[in-house]
Amino acid sequence: MAEDMIIRTRDLTKAYGSKVAVNHLNLEIRKGEIFGLLGPNGAGKTTTILMLLGLTEPTLGTASIDGHDCTRDSLQVKRITGYLPDNVGFYADMTGRENLRFTARLNGVPENQIDSRIDSLLERVGMTQAADQKAGTYSKGMKQRMGIADVLMKDPEVIIMDEPTNGLDPEGMREFLQLIKQLSTEDGRTILVSSHQLYQIQQICDRVGIFVDGSLVAAGKIGELGRKIASEGHYVLEIEAEPCDDRFLGFIGSLEGVKDLSKEGDRFIITSSRDLRAGITHFLGMNNYTLLHMRQKGGDLDEIYRVYFEQAEKEEEKNAKSGKHGGRKKDA
Amino acid sequence: MPSLENTAEERKTPEKTAGAVSSAKEASASGPDKWKDTAAFEAAGKKKVSEERREVRYHSLDALYRKELADHICGKRFVIILIIVAAMTIASVYGALSGIKAGLQAAASGGSNEPFDTTFMFLKLYTTSGNSIPSYMSLIALIGPFIGLILGFDAINSEKNNGTLNRLVSQPIYRDSIIVGKFLASATLITVMVFATGIAVGAAGFLFSGIKPSGEEIMRVLIYLIYTVIYICFWLSMSMLFSVFTRHAATSALASIALWLFFAIFMSLLAGIIADAAYPVQTEYQQLYNAMKNANLNAGLNRVSPYYLYSEAASIIMNPVARAINAISYAQLVGAITGYLPLSQSMLLVWPHLVGLLALTFVAFEISYVGFMRQEIRSS
Repeated sequence: MAEDMIIRTRDLTKAYGSKVAVNHLNLEIRKGEIFGLLGPNGAGKTTTILMLLGLTEPTLGTASIDGHDCTRDSLQVKRITGYLPDNVGFYADMTGRENLRFTARLNGVPENQIDSRIDSLLERVGMTQAADQKAGTYSKGMKQRMGIADVLMKDPEVIIMDEPTNGLDPEGMREFLQLIKQLSTEDGRTILVSSHQLYQIQQICDRVGIFVDGSLVAAGKIGELGRKIASEGHYVLEIEAEPCDDRFLGFIGSLEGVKDLSKEGDRFIITSSRDLRAGITHFLGMNNYTLLHMRQKGGDLDEIYRVYFEQAEKEEEKNAKSGKHGGRKKDA
Repeated sequence: MPSLENTAEERKTPEKTAGAVSSAKEASASGPDKWKDTAAFEAAGKKKVSEERREVRYHSLDALYRKELADHICGKRFVIILIIVAAMTIASVYGALSGIKAGLQAAASGGSNEPFDTTFMFLKLYTTSGNSIPSYMSLIALIGPFIGLILGFDAINSEKNNGTLNRLVSQPIYRDSIIVGKFLASATLITVMVFATGIAVGAAGFLFSGIKPSGEEIMRVLIYLIYTVIYICFWLSMSMLFSVFTRHAATSALASIALWLFFAIFMSLLAGIIADAAYPVQTEYQQLYNAMKNANLNAGLNRVSPYYLYSEAASIIMNPVARAINAISYAQLVGAITGYLPLSQSMLLVWPHLVGLLALTFVAFEISYVGFMRQEIRSS
């Protein structure tokens, strides 16, 4: 298992002055998988990526891609790693094709192969029609697809994408995610996607890492993380019943294991340490209530995300004791 | 030239690598073998690396250089530069021709006391003003910087803002190729442009007036044009410096224009004020005592300005009568025979100017180079 780790970081740390952007990050990514690096804006995802590409020097620790040290041997790293930055830019006065040709030359693709290479890549990302348009006229979605073609120009083993789904419309998003998935399943490339958009990433990632304030608080398969939360005794139940009266509320409050109770519209959101469904349905049935809605949350990424954020925050509060740090919510 | 990647590689001592490997072994229980392999791989590949590195540097620099050159030539700003340069050339040729004509007429009618000096007539095409149009020489000293500024003011920051720099630095190239390629492409354009206009002035003058250049005159013009290229390249590197350290293209454009105005207009005023304050020349006695020191300090301060440095050098090269750049006392002139300085002697006078201009250019470029290499480039 250990042999096919292609990206690994050891105690990777980056501090800007006194602010620690990335804190002792230990990350291992297997060859051929899609790894989602999830976290709110400003969690240190981009900084991590920059260090992986050797674009900024870590304060501490090391990172390597396919055995090449990212700081010392960044040229070799950049040869096998494609990077699709957030807000990828193309030279507006050049056509898409010219932009790709320029990238090909920078990567030392032989002149006689450039054109056929460009054509096949354009076809792959579905940009053949727009290839001879000036890049300045491209929409966000077109730019992203062109960005993929640009990244593929060097035929990379590893592709790193920073917030690739930002600003895409739903249809564009769906196609784009499909494309990413293909790069992994068909070509066997390793893909690291950073994002704060949980649902999209959930669809394509083999594993995710959750990143809060510079630290990786959890990493693993989405299912595993969900089970882990459940096993830690963390349940969230959404429930709506008719009539919605004080007696019902009182009953919920009296239940054993309820940690938190809040109201969203007509629905109650109950956080508890055990499964409450049987008890509540029994009560409703016995007392002539009508059950309108009931859903046990958990196991999905949103919940995983929330729980780990809360944990990270609690720890931070414990450390800081200033108590002035609350209010951070997921930004998806 | 060293690059970030290069220096990082040089810094890598064997002990360090060994240390990294052993510490990796201790901590990363999951994959110690992989790390061993890495070290072995690195050692084996080292010989090949230097050769490969040269190859990478060559093709990436070449691609960047060509792209920058194509960008400049196809861009709108090139049209602006062409218009400026063409207007400057035509106006100065017209001015010079009418100035020479007026001078000759005045000499023929006996209107002026001094006979019109007809030696080195060809150089007069560059140095004569007429019809209230400045000479080619003073026009290019004033307008030339503008060409450098236009080519360089948004070299780095606009790429940063467009997100293209981000994409560029993630390619397998040395980062310094980017800034070196940009500088070389713009410098090439400046060289071509300066020589084109300089030769055009001479050719037009030759066509319309029939003034034939001598060998020495041609040499003087060529040397003068080389100085001009370096002078404009200084402004190019200056504007690139601003483009590295400011976020918006507008800021760097304004900053470089401000600097240009300062050197072209205010520097001489400032130098005069400082020289007068240090060595006052108000009374006759003060003049007697301070005049020389005042003039020397004034010139010395002025020579900080590349505008002055260049103008002074140009006037010496293009005017063989000029024999000194500093103030000369009457005592020194006693017994001197009026005549022309040979080219080698003129060059001796302006040699320091060449070194000074080159040094200024390199310092500006070096600061922007180091700044660019150390910058963290992330998408905004």
